[in-house]
Amino acid sequence: MTLHIVTFTRSTPDTAAKVEVDGSGNVVWDAANVVNPWDEYALEEAIVQAKNTGGKATVIAVGDDSHEEALKHSLAMGLNEAIRVTEESANMGDSLIWSTLAAGAVQKLGDVQLAIFGKEAIDTQTDQHIYQTARKLGWTVLSFVSKILELDADAGTIKVERAVEHGKQTVTAKLPVVISVVKGINEPRYPSFIGIRKASKATIPVWGASDLGIELPQAPTEVLSYENPPARDITTEIIEGATIEEKATKLVDKLLEEKVL
Amino acid sequence: MSIFAWIETFEGKASPTSWEALGAAKSLATSLNTDVTAVILGQGATDIASEAGAYGADNALVCDDTTLEPYRLEPYAALLSQLVSEHNPKAVVAVASTSGRELLASSAADTNSGMIGDVTELSIDGDDLIAVRPAYAGKVTSTVKASGATTFVTLRGRAFPTPEKGTGTATVTQVSPVLAADDITTQIESLESESESVSLTDAAIVISAGRGMANNPNAAPADAADATVWKAQDGFANVIQPLADTLGAAVGASRAAVDAGYIPYEHQIGQTGKVVNPDLYIAAGISGAIQHQAGMRGSKVIVAVNKDAEAPIFKLARYGVVEDLYDFLPALTAELKKRLGK
Ligand SMILES: Cc1cc2nc3c(=O)[nH]c(=O)nc-3n(C[C@H](O)[C@H](O)[C@H](O)COP(=O)(O)OP(=O)(O)OC[C@H]3O[C@@H](n4cnc5c(N)ncnc54)[C@H](O)[C@@H]3O)c2cc1C
Repeated sequence: MTLHIVTFTRSTPDTAAKVEVDGSGNVVWDAANVVNPWDEYALEEAIVQAKNTGGKATVIAVGDDSHEEALKHSLAMGLNEAIRVTEESANMGDSLIWSTLAAGAVQKLGDVQLAIFGKEAIDTQTDQHIYQTARKLGWTVLSFVSKILELDADAGTIKVERAVEHGKQTVTAKLPVVISVVKGINEPRYPSFIGIRKASKATIPVWGASDLGIELPQAPTEVLSYENPPARDITTEIIEGATIEEKATKLVDKLLEEKVL
Repeated sequence: MSIFAWIETFEGKASPTSWEALGAAKSLATSLNTDVTAVILGQGATDIASEAGAYGADNALVCDDTTLEPYRLEPYAALLSQLVSEHNPKAVVAVASTSGRELLASSAADTNSGMIGDVTELSIDGDDLIAVRPAYAGKVTSTVKASGATTFVTLRGRAFPTPEKGTGTATVTQVSPVLAADDITTQIESLESESESVSLTDAAIVISAGRGMANNPNAAPADAADATVWKAQDGFANVIQPLADTLGAAVGASRAAVDAGYIPYEHQIGQTGKVVNPDLYIAAGISGAIQHQAGMRGSKVIVAVNKDAEAPIFKLARYGVVEDLYDFLPALTAELKKRLGK
């Protein structure tokens, strides 16, 4: 049996971008978008595992057209197909809406046995949509995977190594599963020149809730506003002293005064 | 309608930050004039329930069953979702540990509830929950409103105070697991535990080091595979670790140090590493790139040790020491040992 693998991606502001809230309350940044850095590992792993099992890999972005860039990058890396899923009338910022659409898309593809996510999204800064997509699909989820040790499409099993809070865990599970991968699982490739040319010509299908045959729930959460964090009022005190020992003594005095020791 | 607090356990003990979740649940409950229920699953649940009572829980739902030990998402989520469906709590609160994040998000999906992660402020407005959380690596914050019967909330570690321990007791109710052993498709084959070190997310003090570790004056032995890596690793073992031991601190690192192989990724602080919130953060030989700042900006007092007086980290630091870390940190360790009586 060959394996159909799905992976998810999104475009995020470059990690070096200055991000702030403008006068009208919108979040703006001063740099180009990049592929969510965690997703690069997921995209690479999907390509490698599809190749190893003689299967194929499809990449999905859930969200508005700002995510097309990440999809084109994925195709240029070597993903077989790309799809964007969005629903204009819905509050896409809510993770229940997001995951209902994501799971709907996987179900529409039909033959998927493995979904691979990057550890989290660096803009919304959550991994909750990963677990929620898995639950909506009724699939097992294995988070923080640092290595796929075995993937047997015929037996329908997977064995992975997870980087958990208390150490390294080896776990087996039955397919279909959702996994999230961490840095170090692979070295993501750069898109090839030919890949970039091919991707630039690709038209990416866009699916909405009605294409997926699903009805979206009412979004239970809503962002009321974004704020710039209060400017930290820091006066830096450089510890001076004739000798290293004197500086060490002065620093310890200060830290005891601050009551942080 | 109660407020649920999930008390995370590991090897029969409550994780200390769980009490922050219980405290936050208590203040929500007070505004809503309702009670707090601690949900305790896994080994030692009954004993931990009496501790939860002392920290302010009115009730405890406990399940100490072999299928719940060690933690696995499937049986935990199935049981938590069922308890939520039965009791309809207004909110389910836990600390945003790796397990807390996946467990609450999963149950929120099972019960079609709202989910807000990594919250730093939490309040009630009529029927709604109002939460503040960082976004874009903490470069902005957002205020989120949740409506609906139940809302699941994870709290950023150390953003909420640990409640005072009193003499209260919780009314304990034993509950049964939902999944039998055969229903659980994930099987843990082995767990290679890390050595006893302080966990970064719980730590009150973090000492982090970066690429500057490579400038160790000690000579690498002739048979070292890579002299630079050897020097940096020697520095982590013989300069950073003794300081951490003296302070009871956790050890962090910049991505440059991790990428160069000086220390494993688990120690990375920053936008693509861990976010920490300690009382004291010491950054040694770290320039203070924006991606690093994203992981440590919330620290109460920041100390920077860097030989370059122009390093950006000094703009963030409360105290700066312009010195070679290999000269200064051993002197600091010696002084601390003396003053803290170690
Ligand atoms: C997508 C992306 C994600 C990233 N995520 C992270 C992240 O999560 N965390 C992170 O940290 N970085 C991250 N980075 C990398 C970040 O941009 C910086 O490259 C990194 O933080 C630099 O690490 P450093 O400060 O140790 O090294 P450097 O910038 O090289 O600084 C070394 C410092 O040490 C000082 N020094 C040297 N020798 C000594 C000595 N003997 N004593 C005292 N001081 C000395 C130098 O003066 C210098 O200031 C990310 C980058 C990208 C592109």
